[in-house]
Amino acid sequence: MSQTPALEVENLTKKIKGKQIIKGVSFTLVPGEVFGFLGPNGAGKTTTIRMIVGLISPTSGTIKIGGKNVRTEFTEAMKHLGCIVENPELYPYLTGWENLVHFQKMDSSIPKTRLNEVIELVGLQNRIHDRVSTYSLGMRQRLGIAQALLGKPKVLILDEPTNGLDPAGIREMREFIRQLAREENLSVLVSSHLLSEIQLMCDRVAIISKGTVLRTDSVDNLLAEQERVIWRAEPIPLAKEILSMETEVTEGPDGTLITLYNEPLLPDWNEKLVKAGVKVKEMRTQLPSLEDLFLEVTGGESID
Amino acid sequence: MINLVRNEMLKLLRKKRLYVIILIIAFLVPLFTYAQFKEIQDQREKLGNQDWRTTLQQEITDTQNRLSSSRIQDEWRKFLKIRLSQQQYYLENDIDPRAPGAPTFMRIFVENSIDLLLPLLVMVIVADLVSSESSGGTIKLLLTRPVKRWRILLSKYLAMLLSISFIVLSVAVLSYGISGVVFGYGGWNMPLLTGFTVSGEELLTENVHIVPQWQYILMEFGLVWYVCMIVGTLTFMLSVLLRSTAAVMGIMLASLIAGAILANMVSSWESAKYFFMVNLNLTNYVSGMATPIEGMSLGFSMSVLAVWGIAGFIIAFVTFSKRDIY
Repeated sequence: MSQTPALEVENLTKKIKGKQIIKGVSFTLVPGEVFGFLGPNGAGKTTTIRMIVGLISPTSGTIKIGGKNVRTEFTEAMKHLGCIVENPELYPYLTGWENLVHFQKMDSSIPKTRLNEVIELVGLQNRIHDRVSTYSLGMRQRLGIAQALLGKPKVLILDEPTNGLDPAGIREMREFIRQLAREENLSVLVSSHLLSEIQLMCDRVAIISKGTVLRTDSVDNLLAEQERVIWRAEPIPLAKEILSMETEVTEGPDGTLITLYNEPLLPDWNEKLVKAGVKVKEMRTQLPSLEDLFLEVTGGESID
Repeated sequence: MINLVRNEMLKLLRKKRLYVIILIIAFLVPLFTYAQFKEIQDQREKLGNQDWRTTLQQEITDTQNRLSSSRIQDEWRKFLKIRLSQQQYYLENDIDPRAPGAPTFMRIFVENSIDLLLPLLVMVIVADLVSSESSGGTIKLLLTRPVKRWRILLSKYLAMLLSISFIVLSVAVLSYGISGVVFGYGGWNMPLLTGFTVSGEELLTENVHIVPQWQYILMEFGLVWYVCMIVGTLTFMLSVLLRSTAAVMGIMLASLIAGAILANMVSSWESAKYFFMVNLNLTNYVSGMATPIEGMSLGFSMSVLAVWGIAGFIIAFVTFSKRDIY
């Protein structure tokens, strides 16, 4: 794509008290894409996000939002950014409307008419004049998004957007994010610990662990790479013996064998099994969940 | 900038801190008014049913007698003359110096609240100006706007300036308005003595002159405002440095109280005069009270406070614009 990237992160590092927390993270977001940020606790997700939004200054590396460098052109860069970092913490003693007016006043380029637009967009018309302290978490989340969308940003950064929402809320949020990316050509960076969420929501994912990006790819590609074949055959020990001469075999649950998916070789393997007198009852391919993939890539670190 | 300050003022108002402060003042003033009223009654009883004019006349005669004595020093003579003209003014204008009007009450009230009560009220407003944003997490939304950090902090500082001015003003208005019900609203032009300087053990009277009470009060309120701004700036700095409002309050409270205690016992520890908290009693210089430590003067105390204030201001702005927010 020849478009200028909406968000460009290059060789980002951060040292805190002599300890390298982030070790050279790079990625780009093109307009209109939903990008997932995945990693176990302490992997550096939040630190990276905080560097992008300008809350933490990076030790080295550059961040550009809409082509503007966050460090040298802070105000210009911030005009293109909307974000919720961790929980949507708004002023509980103000009403939803006052909160939005508060943030609208901080950017003179936002017209007052924009307030009603975003309120309608997140569907808070009925409760907007109530105090935020009376809001449910889902409503706060929506107000948080309204706040982030005020300045018509090019990049929306959402840290754990579905945190604490009920299943219906999660679904609604997911559709909302997809819709924003599609209709407003917004780039969305989402971090989440719910892998299934990322899988359903994102076009591309970056898997981050211990301060480095291990993989960045589209969800489909990453999954296809880890496609597996599940064999149900009898007797198992013999089948395992034969297959392990050809490829790597692991034993699955319920007396199954799992091998990598290798389309051209698959008929061969099958033939060999049959010739050796193994009864092949079932052969099916399975796409791994992102969770399996994640465990694979990070080497089994706990995700949460 | 105006929009940013407006935002800060809105938040301050919504937190209802200013109302609390007004309530505190509105509760304390009648209390002190009553105390003052009792004291005056007490004095009157002691003097019996003698008319105050007679007492004042006696004092004037006494002063005149001392003036006619040839053995007194020139300087002292000058002071006595000023004193005499003050007493004569009272008599001529029918002012009972022991039965003050509302302006006198106002003056006494601020003189007594400059080193503890007012700084405390200022603290209530300022302590959580920044720390509440840090502990509430709203700082993350505040600092990801297209506004430079120092501007955000400056808007908070200006909001603080406005609130402090408002507090000082409400102290003036409330103490005048409420005490006037009991003491009457007159007495703005009552002459007062000022210009005392202390050197060693002696009270120097060479610069003593008479100013009308309104001018005296204006001067004192100026000093009160100055002290409040310095205390506010220091609290502001702590509020930037610490996430916990309770910690900010604790530290400020401890140093203010330490100041009050130190002022009573540090006369021999000379370098203690560089602490900001022993320099808060600026109105004492106007009324000519003894300083806690030798070598302190109005100029000295104001400069010490200014240095502390400027340092606090710089520390606050530098840390705020550089700090990583987790």
